[in-house]
Amino acid sequence: MEEHLVDWSRAQFALTAIYHFLFVPLTLGLGFIVAIMETIYVRTGSEEWKKITKFWMTLFAINFAIGVATGLIMEFEFGTNWANYSWFVGDIFGAPLAVEGILAFFMESTFFAVMFFGWNKVGKRFHLVSTWLVAVGSNLSALWILVANGWMQYPVGMTFNPDTVRNEMTNFWEVLFSPVAISKFLHTIGSGYMVSALFVTGISAWYLLRNRDVLFAKRSMIVGATFGFVASLFLTLSGDESAHQVALKQPVKLAAMEGLYEGRESAGIVAVGILNGDKNLTNDLEPYHFEIEIPYALSLLGYHDANAYVPGLRDLVYGNEERGIISTAEKMRRGRIAVNALEAYKEAKKGGDILKAAEAKKLLDENMKYFGYGHIKAAEDVVPPIALTFYTFHIMVTLGGWFLLLFALLLFYVTKRDISAYPLLLRSALWSIPLGYIAAEAGWIVAEVGRQPWAIQDLMPVGIAATKIATTNVQISFWLFAILFTLLLIAEIRIMTKQIKIGPEGGH
Amino acid sequence: MGFGELELLTLQQYWWIIIALLGGLFVFIMFVQGGQTLIDTLSDDETEKTMLINAIGRKWELGFTTLVLFGGALFAAFPLFYSTSFGGAYWVWLAILFCFIIQAVSYEYRTKPDNFLGQKVYESFLKINGSVGVFLLGVAISTFFSGAEFVLDSNRFVEWQNPLRGLEALANPYNYLLGFALVFLARISGALYYLSSIDHEPIRDKAVVSIRFNMPLFLLFFLSFMGWILTKDGYAVSASGVVTIESYKYLHNFLDMPFVLIMFIAGVVMVIFAVFSAVVYRKTCCIKTGGAGIVLTVMAILLNVGFNGTAYYPSTSDLQSSLTIVNSSGSHYTLTAMSYASLMVPFVLGYIALAWYSMDRVRITKEEIESPDAHNY
Ligand code: HDD
Ligand code: HEM
Ligand code: HEM
Repeated sequence: MEEHLVDWSRAQFALTAIYHFLFVPLTLGLGFIVAIMETIYVRTGSEEWKKITKFWMTLFAINFAIGVATGLIMEFEFGTNWANYSWFVGDIFGAPLAVEGILAFFMESTFFAVMFFGWNKVGKRFHLVSTWLVAVGSNLSALWILVANGWMQYPVGMTFNPDTVRNEMTNFWEVLFSPVAISKFLHTIGSGYMVSALFVTGISAWYLLRNRDVLFAKRSMIVGATFGFVASLFLTLSGDESAHQVALKQPVKLAAMEGLYEGRESAGIVAVGILNGDKNLTNDLEPYHFEIEIPYALSLLGYHDANAYVPGLRDLVYGNEERGIISTAEKMRRGRIAVNALEAYKEAKKGGDILKAAEAKKLLDENMKYFGYGHIKAAEDVVPPIALTFYTFHIMVTLGGWFLLLFALLLFYVTKRDISAYPLLLRSALWSIPLGYIAAEAGWIVAEVGRQPWAIQDLMPVGIAATKIATTNVQISFWLFAILFTLLLIAEIRIMTKQIKIGPEGGH
Repeated sequence: MGFGELELLTLQQYWWIIIALLGGLFVFIMFVQGGQTLIDTLSDDETEKTMLINAIGRKWELGFTTLVLFGGALFAAFPLFYSTSFGGAYWVWLAILFCFIIQAVSYEYRTKPDNFLGQKVYESFLKINGSVGVFLLGVAISTFFSGAEFVLDSNRFVEWQNPLRGLEALANPYNYLLGFALVFLARISGALYYLSSIDHEPIRDKAVVSIRFNMPLFLLFFLSFMGWILTKDGYAVSASGVVTIESYKYLHNFLDMPFVLIMFIAGVVMVIFAVFSAVVYRKTCCIKTGGAGIVLTVMAILLNVGFNGTAYYPSTSDLQSSLTIVNSSGSHYTLTAMSYASLMVPFVLGYIALAWYSMDRVRITKEEIESPDAHNY
């Protein structure tokens, strides 16, 4: 395979996914926020609430359009750039994507049209139901895509078929209810609610700072802050569960998230720290230049037990007999056996030698668990980029703490005091809008970069997964996407800010 | 009895029928694309243009989502096609996707203040989507008949043999036939849709004129396309999976499967009938008949190329790498699971119809578009 091909393929996927996820969170949460607002309108019949609903709906639509535009490419990119992957696991991975189309996207897009154009065409109730269905539909689409993603992180419910040279699904429910998929789903929609709540409170704060549309802004603020407070509690809980799942299913990722080289019992979390860039697996340098540690926290977060043993990168790469951890070298050896057995099987089948084929199949089955390691070149290659994983994880968690505090304050001051008198708080709310996006993207970088070098954990490394194509093609398409999406993003931000400046009175 | 007890082949056929249906629905809903290319031709002023754009703007999401589902369903049901064609014919598919990405934002952003690229650019996005996008889809589908240059290795990973990665399909003039046929068909159905959804005489007059102009062009390309596939060699698969060249394969398929042939003829007749009623009798309801006709015709063509022992995605580089519904499908288990999911399709179609009906009960008028609290595109 051509040099750098896989890096460009990864870069392109990362670029398009990061763009897509700039818009998705707002759809996930604002859909519900708008539905709540419209419910209040239908209950009270108050025109003010209708105006509030319509204003946020306009912003929803601007964001939705580009969310859909960037989503389209994701749907096909597994084929265009990860063709080998798509064949190797398509029998499992394709199903949630198709179900997503049937069950979620149509619901979203059909009722989206009613929600926008139906104000004077359908009854109030039908309209309200449509608004709720848009929100439900978008969250359902998140469910299915995250089931797919959860499966890559922790493949279950399938068996390898050497005749078709692919993995085949054996249990749909195992795929759907995989604990990784569920925690991913909950945590990710939670992040969407959080981003949306920050968006609503931040913009409301801006109006209050300017002392305009005050009633509108305060009401929006109440809805946003309540929603955000609940979301941040939910996010913390589901984040804890995510970390627990990572500890169980992807210990290397957990170790990278913490920059943990040596395994320990009662491991702490580095709350703030700077990694030592010269540190590597083989030398004995200190991992940090500087760190503040919260004792026991990592053991607690990962295993829900303050004294639990957390394996470090060295244990995971070089093995630790005492703890029963096999070394990567050993996994690679077994992986090679599996890869060779597959070749032997194909050969035997071609020659019609049934006995030999059965023998090869047996060997393959025994070692299939490590199949992907058969393609790993050096044991150290199974460690993901540590610094990126570490810093993004810490950014996310720190921001999570800040948001919890922020929403608690906002909720208190907007209900118990005159929040307009606290400009510092309002300004913090405004400036936290981008922080929400940063936290959400950081979360994905932890999840996806921390999974490297695997496209599918332990089964298929990214180098094998990529479509075989001359790198120049991917370079060109990377830049085309970068330019197009950036143009559209600029347009979106400008339209959005303009609509906000126009405010609830002037927009349509 | 459940899907699980069906033979693998039956499930494969069931899923190919669903793919064909989705393909048919997608081509039908391309009236949105066709309509996009007509926004200048059918309007005299900004208000009229806005009426046109709003008429199709309430439907564009459906087409978009059908395209997405088409991708997802192929991935789940025929993963080898998904990996081979999308990964192999990289540039054709990416070009199509680009044409759709720009569509998605254009409706919403077109008239918004401070929209950065300007109204003209968003409108040209809609036109590119309606012409180039549709044309390329036609070319891509046409390779089902003309074949593509790929080899599958022993892992069934695709190795594309042409550095143009799919764009080489443009070097084959036959592939243009379906591309242009689709473009003109979409313009006809777009005009039919305007006739039914907009209550405004000047626009209706011009819509009829445009159908008159586009119909002969459509027929020219469509009939040439049919002439080409019915007379050309096709790719037959034996029961043991060996692919061979057979003359008049697609003609044979029609004759071997009279039901598909009837479907095809019925579909074409319905389209012609719809156009005839619209042009001669000035009927405004014809998008329904025309739409049903389009769905039937496209389905029949896709059933023709997938059924009766035919390789629907032939490889011209290595005949035995060609894809058939048998060798490219998902496993029995997955197809079964997906078949249960497919039971939701009637329900989905049901609520789409309900929403469509309640929204289109009231036709678009000048007054509505000009009213102050309208949410316009
Ligand atoms: C506003 C965004 C946001 C915030 C404040 C947090 N997260 Fe998060 N996190 C996400 C947004 C996110 C995400 C974007 O939704 C991710 C990416 C993939 C996923 O499953 O969720 C994620 C992933 C993610 C992962 C990796 C899961 C994996 O690799 O499979 C862990 C361990 C955590 N989170 C843990 C936390 C903890 C303990 C938080 C403390 C409050 C936290 N997150 C706050
Ligand atoms: C990489 C995998 C992904 C794929 C293949 C994908 C696919 C798509 C597609 C095709 C659309 C357009 C649907 C339409 O026509 O209406 C879309 C939109 C959407 N996607 Fe994704 N997506 C991915 C990642 C995600 C993630 C991680 C989430 C949520 C956590 C998500 C949530 C949504 C939502 C809510 C929408 C609605 C439109 C919007 O964002 O405004 N997607 N996605
Ligand atoms: C929308 C939110 C998402 C974001 C922001 C995101 C982010 C990323 C990033 C940064 C990478 C590059 C990692 C690296 O190469 O080091 C990546 C790779 C990848 N992600 Fe995601 N991801 C998202 C959702 C998903 C989902 C839902 C899926 C699958 C269903 C998925 C599948 C992949 C694949 C196949 C790759 C390429 C292979 C690889 O590099 O591992 N991603 N993503």
